Amino acid sequence: MSVLVIAEHENGVLKPETAKVVHAASKLGAEIHVLVAGHNVGSVAEAAAQIAGVTAVKLVDDSALDHQLAESTADLVITLAQGYSHILAAASTTGKNIMPRVAALLDKSQISEIVDVVDADTFMRPIYAGNAIATVKSLEAQKVITVRASAFDAAGEQAPVAVETLTASVENTSSSFVGVEQTESERPELTAAPVVISGGRGMQNGENFSLLEGIADKLGAAIGASRAAVDAGFVPNDMQVGQTGKIVAPDLYIAVGISGAIQHLAGMKDSKVIVAINKDPEAPIFQVADYGLVADLFDVLPQLEQAL
Amino acid sequence: MKVLVPIKRVIDYNVKARVKADNSDVDLTNVKMAMNPFCEIAVEEAIRLKEAGTASEVIAVSIGDKACQEQLRTALALGADKAIHIETDAKLESLHVAKLLAKLVEQESPELVILGKQSIDSDNNQTGQMLAALTKRPQGTFASKVEIADGKAVVTREVDGGLQTVALNLPAVVTTDLRLNEPRYASLPNIMKAKRKPLDVIAADTLGVDLAPRVELVRVAEPAKREAGIVVESVEELVNKLKTEAKVIS
Repeated sequence: MSVLVIAEHENGVLKPETAKVVHAASKLGAEIHVLVAGHNVGSVAEAAAQIAGVTAVKLVDDSALDHQLAESTADLVITLAQGYSHILAAASTTGKNIMPRVAALLDKSQISEIVDVVDADTFMRPIYAGNAIATVKSLEAQKVITVRASAFDAAGEQAPVAVETLTASVENTSSSFVGVEQTESERPELTAAPVVISGGRGMQNGENFSLLEGIADKLGAAIGASRAAVDAGFVPNDMQVGQTGKIVAPDLYIAVGISGAIQHLAGMKDSKVIVAINKDPEAPIFQVADYGLVADLFDVLPQLEQAL
Repeated sequence: MKVLVPIKRVIDYNVKARVKADNSDVDLTNVKMAMNPFCEIAVEEAIRLKEAGTASEVIAVSIGDKACQEQLRTALALGADKAIHIETDAKLESLHVAKLLAKLVEQESPELVILGKQSIDSDNNQTGQMLAALTKRPQGTFASKVEIADGKAVVTREVDGGLQTVALNLPAVVTTDLRLNEPRYASLPNIMKAKRKPLDVIAADTLGVDLAPRVELVRVAEPAKREAGIVVESVEELVNKLKTEAKVIS
């Protein structure tokens, strides 16, 4: 038996989540095949072939798979699914979009956002916004799984394995791509950044988020926000760190003016080192912070930028 | 255009879930329950489509024990025309829910199904996509904007790194993200009126769906606790600690 990992990619570049999903897959004790499905994605397949532990790469390059729309991608995956004990993808917005469609077409339940592999049938996953961790056992022979990438280290590198090119006979007549509006940023992506600095309701408005920028530049950090800051309209939703936003686990997480609601903690509590800056000494964020600074953020942020 | 809105009764989003002492599940005894927040957004979107003259009828549906009729009444008070309760005491997985909903889609033929992207209890984020697959419809997940025109739903989706817009041929399935709209509150007169709106009950076992479990819940535990650290007095001390003690910056 072998397992199939669906590669995560964007604009012809393999995303780092894939090596983390491969690491999760390596705990299943089977051969690992990676499927690269998309349009103009030859370079993605070459990159996937160099992830340690991957034994084969299947490349399907077809205009019907452009932008990895769920309808055509799921149809493709089910044609290749036979013979795989597990089909895995990152729990990114792409994986979350495609995999339940794959599972339903295969008449399988899906196990979402696993954070640990106990054995080939048994997995751990957070429920109730991370307030509980469920251990679940699949009773099905074939498993469809999404992986919370931030819970696994990336697999290393290897000498490339062969890439096998397959031709697909998929088409998509029910949906079409209209456009994409990418958030313009020179900074690393939230889920991949080694340092994240996030602002909360305490930032008071969107303009004040510029106070985080100088610090982020010096630290090579991504900028995030709490749901409270997003709901208040300070910043767009794709900056949201939390159960309903991005789940991050950087080496350093700096929470500024964030009280530490359960929903936010669920998105960042696995960070290696957490710093909290808040003027309310009772804020729950201090209960998870390694270093807390009780102070007015408008005094502290300029000082911090200078000190770095 | 007929719009179907499946909703779920879940723990209230302000209540912290506690794990049972025997680690068998989360303890929901005497816990405040409410409509799942993403489902509220779905109901709101459907009602706005009706107010705009795009939708002609909004049907809310919920699957579960008798208690979920409370959330169906809320949906009726918010503006849904009719409610359907698919009654079962079984513990359902997303696939089961999607299969039951697919049966209802077959009966009601809605041109649009709007659901929340995930429920805040099981956090699966599966049902809408599965329903789309089972009913062979296109899907617009994590929607922050929905426009209906010329037999299509143009859906703007919240994706990692930005927004993606797709055009779906109707009939289609849409799942809601946070910024799609801000749900209204039900007014008292509407709550009273909702009591007279139709609420049909269908026994789940009459729909011919195999509800046998496919995933076993082995154990539920509290997450590992993070210990609180130290309070520093100044920015200098903080930077110093991060450099020399935590060694996360240089």
